[in-house]
Amino acid sequence: MSGETQRKLNTAYLAEILGDEKSIGKRIFKNKLSGIIIFSISFMVVIPLGFILFYLLVNGVSSISLDFITKLPKPVGESGGGILNALVGSGIILIIALILSVPLAIFGGIFISEFPDSWLSYCIRLSTDILQGTPSIVIGIFAWVIAVVPPGHFSALSGSIALGIMVVPLVLKSTEETLKRIPHELREAAISLGVPYHRVILKVVVPTGIKGIFNGILLGSTRISGETAPLLFTAFGSPFMNVRIGKPMSALPLVIYTYATSPYDEWHKLAWGASLLLILIVFVINMIARLFVSKKEGR
Amino acid sequence: MGKETIADVNSKVSAAGRRNSLLQVENFNAFFYDKKIVNDINLSVEKNRVVSIMGPSGCGKTTFIRCINRMHEMSPGGTTSGKILLNGEDINRLNTIMVRRKIGMVFQRPNPFPNMTIYENVIAGYLLNGIRISRKLSNDIVEDSLSKAALWDEVKGSLNKRGTYLSGGQQQRLCIARALAMNPEILLLDEPTSALDPKATARIEELVVQLKENVTILLVTHNIAQAARVSDYTAFMFLGELVEYGTTKELFTVPKDKRTEEYLTGKFG
Repeated sequence: MSGETQRKLNTAYLAEILGDEKSIGKRIFKNKLSGIIIFSISFMVVIPLGFILFYLLVNGVSSISLDFITKLPKPVGESGGGILNALVGSGIILIIALILSVPLAIFGGIFISEFPDSWLSYCIRLSTDILQGTPSIVIGIFAWVIAVVPPGHFSALSGSIALGIMVVPLVLKSTEETLKRIPHELREAAISLGVPYHRVILKVVVPTGIKGIFNGILLGSTRISGETAPLLFTAFGSPFMNVRIGKPMSALPLVIYTYATSPYDEWHKLAWGASLLLILIVFVINMIARLFVSKKEGR
Repeated sequence: MGKETIADVNSKVSAAGRRNSLLQVENFNAFFYDKKIVNDINLSVEKNRVVSIMGPSGCGKTTFIRCINRMHEMSPGGTTSGKILLNGEDINRLNTIMVRRKIGMVFQRPNPFPNMTIYENVIAGYLLNGIRISRKLSNDIVEDSLSKAALWDEVKGSLNKRGTYLSGGQQQRLCIARALAMNPEILLLDEPTSALDPKATARIEELVVQLKENVTILLVTHNIAQAARVSDYTAFMFLGELVEYGTTKELFTVPKDKRTEEYLTGKFG
């Protein structure tokens, strides 16, 4: 490079190209504009949720009262009554679904994160992907075939089986993702202390990622707590208080479905109330999950 | 002395070492798949010495010490040939778990267990292995290990805080304490100061010199000055080979191999 060119590059020439206070005004404007566009598009994401919440609040808040969550449903024609049985039923069905599925999902997640290249991991990954895309009604039919047809009656357990199958891919994936993020150095630290492999997994890898795994379980629960289709022909629903898992049981989405499609105004109001309650529960669980994540990052 | 070849010196050192050697490496090779990373290493280490293994990046020094506690075989494609004898016993015949309890390791980056307190981190080797010990013994081990690692005075009031709460240099000393708690015969330090500032580095170096009373130390470093400061013996590795091995004083003042001299004078590396 000649001395002449060098001098040019160092001074006015580059200054002109790079611009001064005035000529960069256009770039500052573009920068601001893109910020505004991104903000407004992101805001649009929130609008549908806002509308749903708004409608639910307007229509549902009047039916929510202490009676609503502590009383059993009344027959048609009588005013009042609550959905305690559905609330309890949803809780029981969800907890049994988690008991059935979470251990499987966690061990599956551990396996595919520890042995990503084995043929079994390939099979697990493929089948969870397919399972995740399977319509919930198909899973419901499957649960009906294996858990309703043989005993000959509907049951809460069959509903839990259906929901359990649905939650496996969610928990499995989140477990895998969590464990993959755990630094390799931690495993090496444990191995170098002479710790056998299975103990490295159970005592170091899983405890380090336990918050992420728990978070995945919470989010999975919110996903399935609103599922209706698989419960229609498994748990079936019941107007009575039932805590036996071998019998038909009510659940929040079932109540919403039955009441909303009924011809009675009184029941419509209950359906609005149940919807609001369901979304509040989902909201609260989500908040708890958020809290977990932010605590983890704050450490 | 000028006529002596490297092979002569090596055989002399290993002959001297064999009588009193804790660790004996014979015709040792290490591979990643088909690629030879460590090529025909022979050396012996006496008890209560600090041995530095220095060399430019990628010369195989880390791979070599990872073979000594059989961590290398955990890596995909990691295989070895040749012998490493600990107290005359082939480590390949010993159970990996026993090998790793006798030969502790500290890594480049401090890696305390984030879900454990400082106390639990020190005693982690027992906790994780499910070895039950009395509270009294456990307290004694923690205090002893932290004292040996020159960390006790700094953390004795905060043993229940998380290990990750400490500074980088303190975390590295915590990792040394964790390794010492298993009462190892050999401590492998894999560039233990490469992620630390000069002050923390100086403390670790001081500590290494103190520690040789209790344990034999193999220190991998790419820092020539560090090798000179802390070690009794120095090995120089280049392209997977052990170019030269001898007392630190001799190797630094009258290197026998041209490559050693060039490395020491900063011509490469």
